[in-house]
Amino acid sequence: MSGHSTYQPQGAFMKWMERRLPIVSLVHSSFVAYPTPRNLNYWWTFGGILSLMLMVQIITGIVLVMHYTPHETLAFSSIEHIMRDVNYGWLIRYLHANGAAMFFLAVYIHIFRGMYYGSYKDPREVLWILGVIIYVLMMATGFMGYVLPWGQMSFWAATVITNLFSAIPVVGETIVTWLWGGYSVGNPTLQRFFSLHYLLPFAIVGVVVLHVWALHVVGQNNPTGVEPKSEKDTVPFTPHATVKDGFMMVVFLIVYAWFVFYLPNYLGHADNYIPANPAVTPAHIVPEWYYLPFYAILRAIPDKLMGVIALFASILILAFLPWLDTSKVRSARYRPLYRQFFWIFVAVCIGLGWLGAKPAEGGYVIAARVLTFYYFAHFLIVLPLLGMFEKTRPLPNSISESVLGGQSKA
Amino acid sequence: MTTMSSAEHTRRDFLYIATGAVGAVGAAAVAWPLVSQMNPDASTVAAGAPIEVDLAPVAEGQVIKVFWRGKPIFITHRTKKEIDDARNVTVASLPDPQSDEQRVKPGKDQWLVLVGICTHLGCIPIAHQGSYDGYFCPCHGSVYDTSGRIRSGPAPTNLPLPPYEFVSDTKIRIG
Ligand code: HEM
Ligand code: FES
Repeated sequence: MSGHSTYQPQGAFMKWMERRLPIVSLVHSSFVAYPTPRNLNYWWTFGGILSLMLMVQIITGIVLVMHYTPHETLAFSSIEHIMRDVNYGWLIRYLHANGAAMFFLAVYIHIFRGMYYGSYKDPREVLWILGVIIYVLMMATGFMGYVLPWGQMSFWAATVITNLFSAIPVVGETIVTWLWGGYSVGNPTLQRFFSLHYLLPFAIVGVVVLHVWALHVVGQNNPTGVEPKSEKDTVPFTPHATVKDGFMMVVFLIVYAWFVFYLPNYLGHADNYIPANPAVTPAHIVPEWYYLPFYAILRAIPDKLMGVIALFASILILAFLPWLDTSKVRSARYRPLYRQFFWIFVAVCIGLGWLGAKPAEGGYVIAARVLTFYYFAHFLIVLPLLGMFEKTRPLPNSISESVLGGQSKA
Repeated sequence: MTTMSSAEHTRRDFLYIATGAVGAVGAAAVAWPLVSQMNPDASTVAAGAPIEVDLAPVAEGQVIKVFWRGKPIFITHRTKKEIDDARNVTVASLPDPQSDEQRVKPGKDQWLVLVGICTHLGCIPIAHQGSYDGYFCPCHGSVYDTSGRIRSGPAPTNLPLPPYEFVSDTKIRIG
């Protein structure tokens, strides 16, 4: 379905170029003539939004590096320097910090979209797994970026997260010392995190290229989950998808700007405006909101090693989703039971996120245990069984029938 | 060329294996320094030398924090009650069984010297807090007693003891 390019080079130079490097026709066939299902809804605009946010993070990040100093005695004051002295430094920094949050918001919507419409199923497994890799890289990048201001939260986030590896039997301590470059989190740790925080977004760019390549090989899924069968089922990317994507980008940027200009510190923690102090841990250490569900899972389990395993497993299990969901029907529109379990799962994730921000005591711990169990049960029990027992609704014969025939509204 | 039997060993086969072997050794030789540079450097190791601490100014009931190898060391001058609390337990019932006697130097029951790093994920516990009035870790709620032993929470082991010795009656050397 990747469709042959209809691009015809005009003019002597374009013809000359086409024979040497057919880049214009590549762009044309991928983003202009590319056939997209005619029934895509706004949930399909988040891939474009993610690409935009990745660029925003890279550009603002490169500008910040022009004024930032990665050293334990200077990092914190160089951030204050950016905030107070550098022209528009506050803006660039707030764009980058809130941009990370918006990036995660978009990726969560994008992932849940994939789950609702079964976009991970045959033949999109590799596309999905590349997405999971991007997500893991995003988490690593976000974590290391958060360490750079070298405030209290930075320092203790670095300590707690690197210590996850100390749970590994026998070699754990050696690995942690190696990660730190010292006997505790210190200047060598900060400098290597800085180096990697600069590097990883470009690694993400690389995986996004693979992700989009895989997408263009198998084609986009759509709200019916029925593959396009004829010309009637698709429309060209430009203008249809271009305008829809562009419109949602603007809406998204308005929300982003609202945070940047009116609530720039709302998503952060006040303690990170206190310089790092290796002698005192803040009374309430909590990660950024986008890690909270996983933090809740870590804390729900009373055993150190098992807690760390559960944390990593809760992320890696996503990669196995294409095989855990045994149903042949993709879209939740035609899966009445799955649709309910999907929303329960969303609620469980949000619930875990809420619990991750609460102190680990009493009823909160019990609730976190119940939800952690359900989180895994969704993948390991609910999805495999639903595929066997669920009675799905009849699928439309084609996308155009479902759109134009006026039947089967979701 | 096309008639050459593949079973026969040629000079190309030899070159192939020899090149591969040298390449593998070379790759390993380059990987080693790349991995090793991440470990603590000479200045960090040097800064990890032993330190001496004078205990005379530490009053009974007081906890002081000193840094050794970037790690906080808690030196607690325990009260009689704290020592008794630490000893009135069935050692076998503890998550990480160790008697209080094993955790102090003989005849120096009042001095408890601990690495003040929670054995869960490395936060710094707060002294004189938690249900055993020992140490409490605010991060995920690990509770240690007045001997620094884990009593409840996710931490797997007792607070470690740094290597130290008494150089005089009121002075210790850590490291
Ligand atoms: C930096 C992060 C990411 C970028 C820039 C990105 C980009 C894109 C783009 C441009 C599309 C096509 C438009 C669309 O369908 O929305 C897409 C599709 C897709 N992405 Fe991502 N993506 C990212 C992360 C992820 C993650 C984390 C996952 C899942 C774990 C994922 C799973 C998918 C799937 C399954 C599709 C095909 C969707 C369909 O057509 O139904 N992506 N991605
Ligand atoms: S770090 Fe102390 S309880 Fe987790």
